Amino acid sequence: MGKPKVAFFDFTCCEGCQIEFTNYGDAAFLELIKHVDVVEFREAMSEKTTEPIDIALVEGSFSREADRARLESIRERAAVVIAYGQCAASGGINALKNHQDDYKQYVYGDDAGQPHLDSQDARPISAAIKVDYSAYGCPVNKYEVLQIVFHLLHGKAPVIPNYPVCVECKRRESVCRYAEGDHCMGMVARAGCGAPCPAYGIPCEACRGFVDHPNVPALERVLVQRAGFSQKRAVEKALMFTANDLEATS
Amino acid sequence: MSTTARIRVDHLTRVEGHGNIVVNVTDGVVEKCEWQVPEAPRFFESMVRGRHYSEVARITSRICGICSVGHTLASVKATEDALGIEVSSQSWKLRELLKHAENFDSHVLHINILVAPDLLGAPSVFPLVETHADVVARALRLKRLAHEWGSLIGGRTTHPMSVVPGGMAAVPTVKELKALREQLLAAVPDLEAAVATVAALAPVVPVFDRPTEYIALSNDQDYGLYDGDIQSLLPDGTTQRYPVAEYKQVTNEFVVPQSTAKYTKNKLDSYAAGALARFNNNYDRLHPEAKKVAESLGMQPICTNPYMNTVAQAVEIVSDVYESLALLDELIATGVELEPLVEPTRYGSGAGATEVPRGILFHEYEYDDAGTCVSGNCIIPTNQNHNNIQYDFEKLVPELVAQDKSEKEMELALEMLVRSYDPCISCSTHYVDVKFVR
Repeated sequence: MGKPKVAFFDFTCCEGCQIEFTNYGDAAFLELIKHVDVVEFREAMSEKTTEPIDIALVEGSFSREADRARLESIRERAAVVIAYGQCAASGGINALKNHQDDYKQYVYGDDAGQPHLDSQDARPISAAIKVDYSAYGCPVNKYEVLQIVFHLLHGKAPVIPNYPVCVECKRRESVCRYAEGDHCMGMVARAGCGAPCPAYGIPCEACRGFVDHPNVPALERVLVQRAGFSQKRAVEKALMFTANDLEATS
Repeated sequence: MSTTARIRVDHLTRVEGHGNIVVNVTDGVVEKCEWQVPEAPRFFESMVRGRHYSEVARITSRICGICSVGHTLASVKATEDALGIEVSSQSWKLRELLKHAENFDSHVLHINILVAPDLLGAPSVFPLVETHADVVARALRLKRLAHEWGSLIGGRTTHPMSVVPGGMAAVPTVKELKALREQLLAAVPDLEAAVATVAALAPVVPVFDRPTEYIALSNDQDYGLYDGDIQSLLPDGTTQRYPVAEYKQVTNEFVVPQSTAKYTKNKLDSYAAGALARFNNNYDRLHPEAKKVAESLGMQPICTNPYMNTVAQAVEIVSDVYESLALLDELIATGVELEPLVEPTRYGSGAGATEVPRGILFHEYEYDDAGTCVSGNCIIPTNQNHNNIQYDFEKLVPELVAQDKSEKEMELALEMLVRSYDPCISCSTHYVDVKFVR
């Protein structure tokens, strides 16, 4: 049996998650490609495939109906589809515009009605095709990606955390952003990143989305009472990476 | 001269983002020759509205995965200009160090992973693992160095965390800076070997010249990667500087019916941004070690072959290492402390620019009295290069036809030309008028 075939595909996104795949360093990367065949990766290779794929890593959100056919053809060929990064997993930062009704006019002015500027709400790719697993984060945690791939190579289902970032922050012994007079969304944000942001002095923006069943009213109350936010800012705060999550929980 | 070619490259590979090449030649007559951009629009300038100033760079960083450091820096600089903030010299130096890390990181990736396969006759880096194992292993080592270097200062290299309006939210220790200094010194042999590889491949770089206007940040002290005024250099050597606040006088964005994107132009039909534009504008202030490498690669300003942009990148990675060693020496000598962030002194509008790997990048914002963003504008280098690529195509295709090149040879020459600009198409803040010709 040949090595499992892995392919990367990109939709509406910044392609930073693909870049993370080049950041493993020489030893880990050369080891990884002993175990898998990378058969398509447009950003890094000219080779393309129409053959069946074992693992498809799909980056970017589904924001144009025109992209549906390409997503469906990937799904038909791939045994496992992974939503690779937050744009694919939830719509990501692109979904911030879902809550604005004038974004096309604002950016394109009089040209806003032209058909090629077609852009619907930014949705996760699961709005178009069945997704087997999600690698969350903006960007993905590249070590978690390795874990997911290794689990699949061993025939196991990957384990994705469903506890808040606060857990990882405590384990890292970072000072709580609230204790520093700042704000944070770590108490409702999905962990798995290793809580790097509070360790680098900035709040968690919940770039991996929420845990299942987040207590959003409590988040807003804390943002108002402990961080001094206006009610409006407290409500809008969570739109940055979790606009679609919020819709699902409301 | 009886060439007939139908070139249609959809979603060009080994570039960031989505671009198409369309060329029709019938019996030696060029009927169509276009560089198109069908990237999905993403609306960042709209999305920053209503967000607090502390969040804006964290949003606009997401414009681009490769130059997210540059977007963060340009965004934070624009916000600081709008808020009347001047950061400390320590913050300035750390940000410069981070800027060099990004430039090095992106250029190493571009030279070794995206361009080298063309010059070594392979479709991607993966077959090179077998045929040129040393080149690949060295590229991955240098890539890892860049990642660790940028991560030490920025927290990570894709969407860095520590750069915030008012300064740096986290700083490395002197011990960590000393370790980075050792890492950079230890990488010099790899760096020299990488430059030697580029030198060996230089004869394969296509010969093509089209003098154009070159635009880059420039100052009187250094190479201008992090900061400076906007400088225009014309092929006859005349230069003009403009303050960053007047960037719109230089970019002059406009829409053309047959085009795929908003174009820019200044004094000539089009202008170029990127490593070659910086090299041409700022050669006098290039680090002596990098100058030596430029000489060994046969490069002099004003270089007018756009394919040489990749060679200019090789010169810049040398400059990045030596400039950073000097910055590290200064930071190690003074010591590094976590400083409180500088608070806003006013709320208004402001612009910021920095050089990202692909060229000059502008961000501009306006804030209300609560520090909430009311408007944003970003003009990215690839946007500025599209017009120049189109004019290059229009000169190159007839030359290729005159040389009786086959369709395949023409296609490769055009793909390599686009790749030499190292375009970064996802930075599509406001592309317009995409036209498909079937």
